[in-house]
Amino acid sequence: MTAVLRTGPVSLRVVPRVAVVSAVLLLAVLAVGVASLMTGDIELTASEVIASLVGHGDRASDFIVLRLRLPRVLCALFVGAALAASGAILQSLTRNPLGSPEFIGMTNGAATGAICVMFFLQGSMMMIAAGAFVGGVVTTVVVYLLAMKRGVQGFRLVLVGIGVSFILVAVNHFLITRASIYEALQAQAWLVGGLNLRTWGHVTTAGVGLAVLLPVAVSLGRRLALLEMGDQAAQGLGVNVERSRFFLLGTSVGLASVATAAAGPISFVALAAPQLARKLTRSAGPGVFAAALMGAVLLMASDLLLQRVFSVQLPVGIVTGAVGGVYLAWLLAHEWRKGIAR
Amino acid sequence: MTRLRGENLTLAYDERTVASTLDVSVPDGSFTVIVGPNACGKSTLLKALARMLKPTEGTVYLDGAAIASYRSKEVARRLGLLPQTSISPNGITVGELVARGRYPHQKLFRQWSPEDEAVVAESMRKTGVDDLTDRLVDELSGGQRQRVWLAMVLAQQTSILLLDEPTTFLDIAHQHEVLDLCADLHEDGAHTLVAVLHDLNQACRYATHLIVMKPGEGIAAEGDPVRIMTAELVEDAFGLPCRVVDDPETGTPLIVPLKRQR
Repeated sequence: MTAVLRTGPVSLRVVPRVAVVSAVLLLAVLAVGVASLMTGDIELTASEVIASLVGHGDRASDFIVLRLRLPRVLCALFVGAALAASGAILQSLTRNPLGSPEFIGMTNGAATGAICVMFFLQGSMMMIAAGAFVGGVVTTVVVYLLAMKRGVQGFRLVLVGIGVSFILVAVNHFLITRASIYEALQAQAWLVGGLNLRTWGHVTTAGVGLAVLLPVAVSLGRRLALLEMGDQAAQGLGVNVERSRFFLLGTSVGLASVATAAAGPISFVALAAPQLARKLTRSAGPGVFAAALMGAVLLMASDLLLQRVFSVQLPVGIVTGAVGGVYLAWLLAHEWRKGIAR
Repeated sequence: MTRLRGENLTLAYDERTVASTLDVSVPDGSFTVIVGPNACGKSTLLKALARMLKPTEGTVYLDGAAIASYRSKEVARRLGLLPQTSISPNGITVGELVARGRYPHQKLFRQWSPEDEAVVAESMRKTGVDDLTDRLVDELSGGQRQRVWLAMVLAQQTSILLLDEPTTFLDIAHQHEVLDLCADLHEDGAHTLVAVLHDLNQACRYATHLIVMKPGEGIAAEGDPVRIMTAELVEDAFGLPCRVVDDPETGTPLIVPLKRQR
């Protein structure tokens, strides 16, 4: 049930169903994107939006589309895709649907980094983003080293990650209780995660990170698929297991940290998007690219929903968190009944 | 000089030494079977030969060069391994799983050549799973699944095949089915096989070269099973008093444990 694209020496294996699902998701990204640019306090038509995007708009719609709405939409796209790709890698690597950046401590580590920059350095928005990135990376390195014993096994990584996560939550709360009321509010706003007030700086952070790391993730995808069969089987097929795992984990933490740096900790996307993508494509294997598209759609749609349903500007982290809780409970119940999760 | 051999191997997990100063060579074109009591290090030896475990001392040589000096994919083009346990990914079909055996021959931009297609079909035919192509691996019986994994390893097109307890978890009929398949591969003349087995009688029946290991001492005996298998050897390596008679079916040694003494 695979098709092969062949030109000269180049040949690529494509599963038709995956290609169709990816195309549909891509269309959904475009549709939700244009809808988000059209709607708001001032309604624009689709043609006005497109005119502004290609550089032929009038000044008023240019301002609304390019300055106010587009950074937010692009941020949602890039952050959603990065989170989902990160989650897809990690879930496959740990062979565990809970192997998501928020569970192995990356997200809370990023929050600790961001809070430290806010409180101790009184940093700008971009410095806070950098702090989040460093926090996420450092936490993952620590978790990796703690979980290492003759190589790293997925389950141990998740368990150690959950432990470290809780320590970091405690640290974050401690820091907030010691802070001034203004700092505490600022930290709280960051901690919920959101796409309000995104600037082109955030878009660039997430966009560049994604442009570099997503191709790496996709090209490592085949090794990732083999690693799912067990370390020995993968090594038997010529995969350098420890090194591949190291690079994959690095790519995953990079993607999650870039996303968190740009939009704060947004839960649920990294957890759910890869699972949903797998269910739609029905393919065996991590499917990093389809997962990334699914993440983009999810986050853009959540943000659009939020802006249209609530007049107050709520952070998108609240919507994704609430939906995520329900989804997580369902997933666990379902897996337990099937006897997969132990 | 054989293609696959180990010199002066000391094998250990963490601090625990399993076997030391082992010299092993796998005769080219043989069906070599490694047997021995629990914890004698037979699976460990196989892992070292497959580069899954780095010996704390000594060197494994593959085609004249230290196996550690090869790139992972290069090893996988010369030597295939059927692990004792492997995980079939959720929702994978038989055809997809077998196709994964072509990985060591593929590149990022050359993912599927007509040769890949032909080799996969041939591997599935040899193992008798060609009519299962679109079935989900999860839905197969244990015996079918083992044949599918064997087809995947065959698709690697390596002339050396290492099999780590390929009959575990199978009932006796399927055990013989898998071993017959191995014997067929061996008789084709294109493969050297090395298998770890638990059952001495099966080992004697199928092996052309038998390696008997003993805990703490390494190799107790090796050679043609008909020549080396004796009651003394079994008593020495396994601590089991027994008689060795001729298998009425094949004439190979058959180990019959002695009656319980009262």
